[in-house]
Amino acid sequence: MFRNQYDTDVTTWSPAGRLHQIEYAMEAVKQGSASVGLRSDTHVVLATLKRAASELSSYQRKIFKIDDHLGIAISGLNADGRVLSRYMRSECINHSFVYESPMPVGRLVCQVADKSQVCTQRSWKRPYGVGLLVAGYDSTGPHLYQTCPSGNYFEYRAMAIGSRSQAAKTYLERKFDSFQSCTLKELIRHALLAVKESIQDGELTSKNCSVAVVGRAPGGGGKGGGEIDKFTILEDADIQPYIDMLDAEELPTAVQDEDDEEKKDAPAEPEQQHQTQDGEAAGGSGDGGQEEEGGGEAIPMET
Amino acid sequence: MMSTSLSGQRGREQPSGAVALDSSAIPAMTLGTPIVAGGESSCSLQIMAGPATRTLDPYVVGSSVLGVKYKDGVLLAADTLGSYGSTLRFKSVERLRKVGKNTVVGASGEISDFVYIMSLLDELTTLDYCWGDGKELSPKEVHSYLNRVMYNRRNKFDPLWNAVIVAGVHGGESYLGVVNLIGVHYEDSHLATGFGNHLARPIFRAEHRVDMTEEEAIRLLEKSLRVLYYRDKQSINKYQLAKITAEGTQISKPFALTTEWSYTAFEDPAKVAVGTW
Amino acid sequence: MACTLSMEAQAEGVETRGVVKNRSSFNPYDNNGGTCVAIAGEDYCVIAADTRLSTGFSILTRDASKIVQLSEKSVLGTSGFQADMKTLQKMLNAKNQVYRHQHNKEMSCPAMAQLLSNTLYYKRFFPYYTFNLLGGLDNEGKGCVYTYDAVGSYERVGYSVQGTGQQLVVPVLDNQLKSASPLLYPPQSTATPLTESEAVDIVKDTMASAGERDIYTGDAVEVVIINRQGIRRETFPLKKD
Repeated sequence: MFRNQYDTDVTTWSPAGRLHQIEYAMEAVKQGSASVGLRSDTHVVLATLKRAASELSSYQRKIFKIDDHLGIAISGLNADGRVLSRYMRSECINHSFVYESPMPVGRLVCQVADKSQVCTQRSWKRPYGVGLLVAGYDSTGPHLYQTCPSGNYFEYRAMAIGSRSQAAKTYLERKFDSFQSCTLKELIRHALLAVKESIQDGELTSKNCSVAVVGRAPGGGGKGGGEIDKFTILEDADIQPYIDMLDAEELPTAVQDEDDEEKKDAPAEPEQQHQTQDGEAAGGSGDGGQEEEGGGEAIPMET
Repeated sequence: MMSTSLSGQRGREQPSGAVALDSSAIPAMTLGTPIVAGGESSCSLQIMAGPATRTLDPYVVGSSVLGVKYKDGVLLAADTLGSYGSTLRFKSVERLRKVGKNTVVGASGEISDFVYIMSLLDELTTLDYCWGDGKELSPKEVHSYLNRVMYNRRNKFDPLWNAVIVAGVHGGESYLGVVNLIGVHYEDSHLATGFGNHLARPIFRAEHRVDMTEEEAIRLLEKSLRVLYYRDKQSINKYQLAKITAEGTQISKPFALTTEWSYTAFEDPAKVAVGTW
Repeated sequence: MACTLSMEAQAEGVETRGVVKNRSSFNPYDNNGGTCVAIAGEDYCVIAADTRLSTGFSILTRDASKIVQLSEKSVLGTSGFQADMKTLQKMLNAKNQVYRHQHNKEMSCPAMAQLLSNTLYYKRFFPYYTFNLLGGLDNEGKGCVYTYDAVGSYERVGYSVQGTGQQLVVPVLDNQLKSASPLLYPPQSTATPLTESEAVDIVKDTMASAGERDIYTGDAVEVVIINRQGIRRETFPLKKD
């Protein structure tokens, strides 16, 4: 197969002004199973689809608690995700040791992004093959961020990453106007409905998905002040009631319509077939990754 | 992992030349007598030959700082003297300084160490500004940070020879805390460092309330400053007052207090204290 | 005052066996006082400490807590040098967080006891000048008290006292609690036979008594009770003199 002569190390530019190795790392994120995140005025919810390496194995955990006010969902190389989560945990512990206050979410995300960026400018390093959705609540309220292997990071009201995340994104784009005033329960429901869109085959079950929440406690003071609902992971039995709720409650017809439109949309946007596909190790977190993600618009590197 | 946290600093490293010398010169066990001068150790000779690298005793020092909470915030007061032994060496030293928008620190003890502490705090403030997210260290965070810095320097047997009061208002709450050269720190509704601990705090304990008006609180501070001026020889009648409220912080221009020296007890102290000279 | 270090060494130096040593005025330690009492029962643990912070003959503040909750089932009371106490508490909190991340569960009280010992011994040659009591419930839900010296030697006991009021309180508890001797064979439960409310009462009485004679104990007592229901905190005033 044709091999690109400008993609053998991270620090080499292609004549077209691209850094192929970094783009491959971004692809690795798309190989991982989907993660979605969304926020209201008080809470942030993360939801993930988990893969099992085989029938005999357990499902790979994809949500990590970083601190009481902060957690992440990852898509891509799980091992790289664990390294970043360890870094974030230690930064949070150090921050509380020195300042006796929780780490500001945005600043931690920026530090992670800076750490990722270093790997894009050193010949002896390799970019992280993982994308993070960071959910946190601090003195400025609830926050949802995405970080990329490229060192880019963005804040969102709602976002999805990973394989087939376009379907979830489409759901979120349709609905995000209503998220601000959502209750926590409604937010979890939206998260599950969104992540469900990204399932390739099979059902959404309490085994293959997990959800996490963080935000302001019901009685907690004004924006960012007072008590918080600590970052909590819901999985297995804890998430079952919410999954049942999806079936029990009648889906608005609009959702059904979107489903159909989605299917029309998805293949419409062609994805350039990557030469990398064979040159690259299969996503560490899972086997999968056969199907090409449709339509994930490339995030401009220079932003 | 924890070792980074212990250094307690983002930003500048502590001056390192001193540390290299120290660690070799000082066995950990000789806590009370850390320096071997003119002995066998060549390292200690180096210390003697070169300039002093640690504050083993303070040179130019500031005296008491007073702080009280009141109805709308916190007030701090200190004189502007930097004394050199019993010499009134520097008479316009500003010992109350702003940190960000809602915090003021006041220091007694070695002035040069306080200047260094301010450089650390200013760096943090600048860094906050550079983040551009509108976040600033709260008074409690400033205090907590200083606690770590002071404690870590005492761990290196290279203390910052100060007692620092941190005052501020954050989220509608007044904050008043103090930390000293060995890292002992606490909060209270009224605080004083140095001589103030012996002369001003008894007055505070008798007369201070958290719901005082600004006028009442200022009167209480002036009363205490007078007592200190009469009794503390390392003080002068030139003060600054800092006010921190939810609206912001103000540090006054230096001012003087009226004093009364014509009490008979002052004119002829021996008369009322029989047996003294 | 204004002389250089070398001159000072000569001026103030003390000659011992030919080596001139400088009398440094810097002392990295202080004793900030305070008394801490803990009693373990069959299914509860009571731990209490006063809230006075002193140095020499001065009271620094009347409302400084010496007790922290370290995990769901363990509470630490510390007297001695306040800066070391705070650092120790923060260290244990940080290590506990790491434990929770790594093991996905709360640390048990006996595990915390060992961690505290290791943390103290780690600074064996520049010790934390702290005197600790760790109270909580063990894996069977029984009350437990661990008592320490400054460098990490520790022992599980039925009750213990640490701090400046130790000498005043220990004999009273020895007399009143009558728990089984640790020398008995087969070993008997170290837990005291008192009910929870009896234990709380005796703790309050002993703290009030310590406050009578120990100038470093006073202002208020903070009592923390750990039982099946969870952790409860009470305070009651002591004499402020």
